[in-house]
Amino acid sequence: MAKPKTNLHQSNLFAVHKKDNEAVIALAGNPNVGKSTVFNMLTGKNQHTGNWAGKTVGMAYGRCGYAGKKYIITDLPGTYSLMTHSKEEEVSRDFLCFSGCDAVIAVCDATCLERNLNLVIQICEITKKVVVCINLMDEAAKKGIEIDTERLEKMLGVKVIAVSAAQGKCGDIIMSAAADVIARKASEFNIVEYDDKTEYVTELVSKALNDDMTVSRRYAALRIIEDKTGNTAGTSRLIREYAEAHAGSIEFLNDRIQAAAEFLAENNISQSDTEDLVTEAILHTAEKICKECVSFKNDNYNECDRRIDRIITSRRFGIPIMILMLGIILYITIIGANYPSEFLSRHLFALEEPLYNMLSYISVPEHICDMTVYGVYRVLAWVVSVMLPPMAIFFPLFTILEDVGFLPRVAFNLDKYFKKVCACGKQSLTMCMGFGCNSVGIIGCRIIDSPRERLIAMITNSFVPCNGKFPALITLISVFFVFSDNRIAAALQSSVIITMIILGGIAVTLAASLLLSKTVLKGIPSSFTLELPPYRKPQFAKVIIRSILERTIFVLARAVIVSLPAGLIIWILSNCGSGGVSFLKYMTDFLDPFAVIMGLDGVILAAFILGLPANEIILPLILMAYLANSNLTDISDLSLIRNILSDNGWTIKTAVCTIAFYMMHWPCSTACISAYKETKSIKQTFAVFALPTLFGICVCMLLNFVLGIFI
Amino acid sequence: MNNIKTLNMLPVGQSTNVKKVLSRGDIRRRLRDIGLIEGTKVSCLQISPPGDPTAYLIRGAVIALRCEDSSNIIIE
Repeated sequence: MAKPKTNLHQSNLFAVHKKDNEAVIALAGNPNVGKSTVFNMLTGKNQHTGNWAGKTVGMAYGRCGYAGKKYIITDLPGTYSLMTHSKEEEVSRDFLCFSGCDAVIAVCDATCLERNLNLVIQICEITKKVVVCINLMDEAAKKGIEIDTERLEKMLGVKVIAVSAAQGKCGDIIMSAAADVIARKASEFNIVEYDDKTEYVTELVSKALNDDMTVSRRYAALRIIEDKTGNTAGTSRLIREYAEAHAGSIEFLNDRIQAAAEFLAENNISQSDTEDLVTEAILHTAEKICKECVSFKNDNYNECDRRIDRIITSRRFGIPIMILMLGIILYITIIGANYPSEFLSRHLFALEEPLYNMLSYISVPEHICDMTVYGVYRVLAWVVSVMLPPMAIFFPLFTILEDVGFLPRVAFNLDKYFKKVCACGKQSLTMCMGFGCNSVGIIGCRIIDSPRERLIAMITNSFVPCNGKFPALITLISVFFVFSDNRIAAALQSSVIITMIILGGIAVTLAASLLLSKTVLKGIPSSFTLELPPYRKPQFAKVIIRSILERTIFVLARAVIVSLPAGLIIWILSNCGSGGVSFLKYMTDFLDPFAVIMGLDGVILAAFILGLPANEIILPLILMAYLANSNLTDISDLSLIRNILSDNGWTIKTAVCTIAFYMMHWPCSTACISAYKETKSIKQTFAVFALPTLFGICVCMLLNFVLGIFI
Repeated sequence: MNNIKTLNMLPVGQSTNVKKVLSRGDIRRRLRDIGLIEGTKVSCLQISPPGDPTAYLIRGAVIALRCEDSSNIIIE
């Protein structure tokens, strides 16, 4: 394939680090058709998948080998079309046009082929090195949808294969088709016939282009005409430059473009007319092809989904069901985390003394023993025993809901409220992602097109408690607000309370969004379309095993990385000092006056500050700091948390304010870094950091004041 | 001119064809992406609990539109 003479390749969008003998294969397709599943299967990687449009936002690369050859697979962001100008579409379109990839695998959803064909046809217009991979054939079969792939292959003029990627074992079929397409010469076959006038001008311009381009001449010509008629979108201009670099003679090309423009002007065809004619022709072609290749045994093939939707999004039950769902998940998390939590804390804390003895036995100096065991090890033990079990249980449950396709329904149910506060309905999707991890939620804000609404979604993302905050909330609530001895009743009570707290968090999200839209981020809600995907059966076993393992390893790794320095710092702070007063005391005394106004104390605030790298270490740090001042040694019983806290002056008011500040403070440093990567603006990142904090401080002060009257 | 019907007036459970898309700019393109042009068959499936948006079946996919946007789509 010829190298383009322009500097398009220098754009780091296409920086595929390709070795000499490697071929590049792009995976393209509509959102939520299983591109990532196919990608994972081919490359053995673990890109997260989920049942909603926009799950994969960036591009992912992976390598794979087939029949002795090496391939680089690129997972492009999902798009419905290549015509519009959203970022993802531009990325996909530019990649397909200019990266010089050797083949494109267009992944389609068999249950919704017509809509998918719109994109497939557009891809086939760019290049004929395409394998159409119709995924979810098993789902389609269940719904009584039959697809005549041979006929489809003839009508599209490219290779068509049918697979069910979620069941695996079809990697070889896909790769052999792709290898075959790379080896063969691309056919010249026009799928779409435009109207006579468009065809005429396309022909006019394409004759002036060389055929050594990575884009088909017909496609390049069409885009140049669109550009000439006034549509100066990024890609069209790139194509123009690219085409000029590949034209036999630039003068000749320009003459032809001029002639085409004059012809269109003479016929009164405007820029938007051409665009309309082109998209309509493609849609009608897709319609025609589908009529011939797809047969429905059952006209009401989606009846089951509709029935579920009628309940989940019904006027009466829609919102209660969502709240109930949240409550159930929390209940399972709390009750499920009980036993492993107790087990871990009993054994981990019992290890403290043997560990200390062992260290002193190998003649480690006493203060280093102290530092290692009562500093580093203790924080680690807290994090692992109190924080890890709820995180490891909540995450897979959440992933299952995501896989089923529940989240878009949540967005559908809540959209009106978000519209009322002038925000995007998709913000509820990013908010849901925030339950898993605020950093993921902030990255997910890419699915929101309007920059104003995107920033609002980012700033308010940390108002939903992430996975790292949940366990602390659960602990504080069960310590201060639940008095039942019965395990099940206690778990039930705490899940009800946490559900209410989360609803409060959502209310704060809406209030904050409204406040922002009315003050610094003024604007009207932009229009949006939201797809409600078909429900899919989640791969329970796979999700549970993978997310428990992955999540556990991730949390453990992060706990170790963060606890080590944090434990060390808090030990040093509490054990070193001047004039008989520890540095920790200096720090907390300094913070105390301010913290007291917020209903907290200096230790709590210090722990929040030291817990910036990870929310899961805040509560352990609070406990550590309190313990540093006492000679309590036996802390293997979790119920002692209550004693530790109340010994240090905690009241119901302190607990309420701490929970409120837990819900509303700065996002962790990982989330802040993600925010910077997304916005590329220090100002906006600062807003993501500071505004939730400001909210939290105000709410805590208010709570402290109001509760002070009653208590 | 009172008999012009727009998509937001379509009752749940009914289908119709699109006559004209009046929207401009981004939303117009996005509607075209999902295949909503003149002549496309649209069925109204479900209204969300607070009354907006509404889910429509368009070319086999379920798409939710806000009433601001569906009121710019004229139906037969």
